[in-house]
Amino acid sequence: MTAVYRWEVAKLLAQKRTYLGLVAAMLVPLIFVVVLQFQSGGPNDVPLGRYIRDTGLAVPFVALFFMSFWAFPLITSLVAGDVVASESHNGTLKTILTRSRERGQVFTGKVLAAFTYTVTVVVAMATVGLVAGGIAWGFNPLTSLSGTTVSAGHGLALLAASIAVYFLPLAGIASFALMLSTITRNSAASVVGALMWALFMQLLTVLPGVDSIRPYLLATQFEAWHGFLRVPADWDPVIRALWVCALYVGVPLAVAYVVFVRRDVTED
Amino acid sequence: MNGPPPVAARGLVKRYGRIVAVNEVDLTVQPGDVFGYLGPNGAGKTTSLRMMLGLIRPTGGSVELFGRDPVKEGVRKALEGVAGFVEAPRFYPYLSGRKNLRLLADYDRPSSRSRIDEMLELVELRDRAGDKVGGYSHGMRQRLGIAASLLRQPRLLLLDEPTTGLDPAGMRDMRALVRRLAREGITVLLSSHLLGEVEELCNRVAIIRTGKIVYEGTLRDLLATAQTEYRLRATETERALMICSSQLGAEKVRVEGPELRFQADEQAAAAISISLGQNRIGITAFVPETASLEELFLGLTGGESGDKSAPREEVA
Repeated sequence: MTAVYRWEVAKLLAQKRTYLGLVAAMLVPLIFVVVLQFQSGGPNDVPLGRYIRDTGLAVPFVALFFMSFWAFPLITSLVAGDVVASESHNGTLKTILTRSRERGQVFTGKVLAAFTYTVTVVVAMATVGLVAGGIAWGFNPLTSLSGTTVSAGHGLALLAASIAVYFLPLAGIASFALMLSTITRNSAASVVGALMWALFMQLLTVLPGVDSIRPYLLATQFEAWHGFLRVPADWDPVIRALWVCALYVGVPLAVAYVVFVRRDVTED
Repeated sequence: MNGPPPVAARGLVKRYGRIVAVNEVDLTVQPGDVFGYLGPNGAGKTTSLRMMLGLIRPTGGSVELFGRDPVKEGVRKALEGVAGFVEAPRFYPYLSGRKNLRLLADYDRPSSRSRIDEMLELVELRDRAGDKVGGYSHGMRQRLGIAASLLRQPRLLLLDEPTTGLDPAGMRDMRALVRRLAREGITVLLSSHLLGEVEELCNRVAIIRTGKIVYEGTLRDLLATAQTEYRLRATETERALMICSSQLGAEKVRVEGPELRFQADEQAAAAISISLGQNRIGITAFVPETASLEELFLGLTGGESGDKSAPREEVA
């Protein structure tokens, strides 16, 4: 299993699209900081936006908010939507499926690699945001969403926890992209399809009359990290994100697994 | 020979909707065989091989490799000691040849890594091993495919048209490699539509037509099924004609231009030559003309070629 996972990661590292998403994720907070350096206004309407010039610690949080709309869904889909389809495109599925690994192992390796990439781009974004923000505005204590001040060290721990819970809805998008990738065997269709699905989920949250289901929509889970930024911490959105995202991850992955394990490998 | 045969297909069927790609195929490859799997394009060779390698599930029947069924037991067990490729071998174009082999070695067992250089040397790719496969020619990929297969130290090698797309020198080298592997004791199942290749390499063949096996056995037996026709030139054609016509076992005796033609077995031909000598008739030419494998193949496959025999509807 380890060998399959390691090689799936190695394959990602050897492809340009991997770096395209990674570089984009790293550029967003950098551009954000540079633009704010030349402007007097700021993103006052978003969580922690009004404190962005107080500490560089606020930059990754603000970027998390902005990038949840389409940037991270696109970057995630770009790789997860390609991870199975590219094997079909290159005709390499038959090459690896006639070695000493069962299909389930190969599939698991691909899922783990796609998730690893998702975590990596978020961490990379946060790191660049921290460094750029720190250079611009210092590494000062953070003001929480409840208005209390937390130390820089505690703020870092909150950022790590926020990234962890932010990963959950992204894993849901990655899983959906993986499912499309497995079923359609077409990289472009899978990337576009997963992005459209993520945008549709965003759209649902702003439609009138969906109040009862809004807490269970995938896009809502991108806000679960706000719970960590309250004093005391509000665990309800975090716990809901855990089980809601388990469904958004589990169902498409189960479908993809069955298709992958049972499919006839003909042209690929 | 002890143990189950390297390949045993029994009643193997693959349907795609109403299309029957492989129809009740029975096939046995014995240890040490270089087994030719012959048929026109689209006859069902590749589909059969894909089922053997566990890439597609049979609709009916079964295939076992050394007694293990890839569908029931999984490829990990069933493909132990088995390697090969269907259609052209494919690799990750953005990885080097060496990295591709490392990946495949790790998918098998890490100890296979130690054989990578040896395999690259064997297929003469060591100098280009660091280049990305995307820049390889078709022939180089075919050779890399062989190297990837041999990494597994197979007892059975399944090769699907391994010389297709190669230049004459590449074809010669590939055939020499197959012969060498066979000498080393590897059983080879070679799918091909190239009769000369099969005739050159294989001791046993199966001929498939529109998804069904129409012949399975040795090449010698296949060729023996053809009646040999003789051409005879003698000093006295009329008297020779009388002798040939009266010889038991000689058929379809006729005069064509300056020579006689007739079908006969070896015994009858020998008797005719003795009889001609006893009657003081000089023989200036006596030539057996056995039907070629190509003629037999065309006879068995109804002269199909190309994709005319490809996917057919089930006759139910």
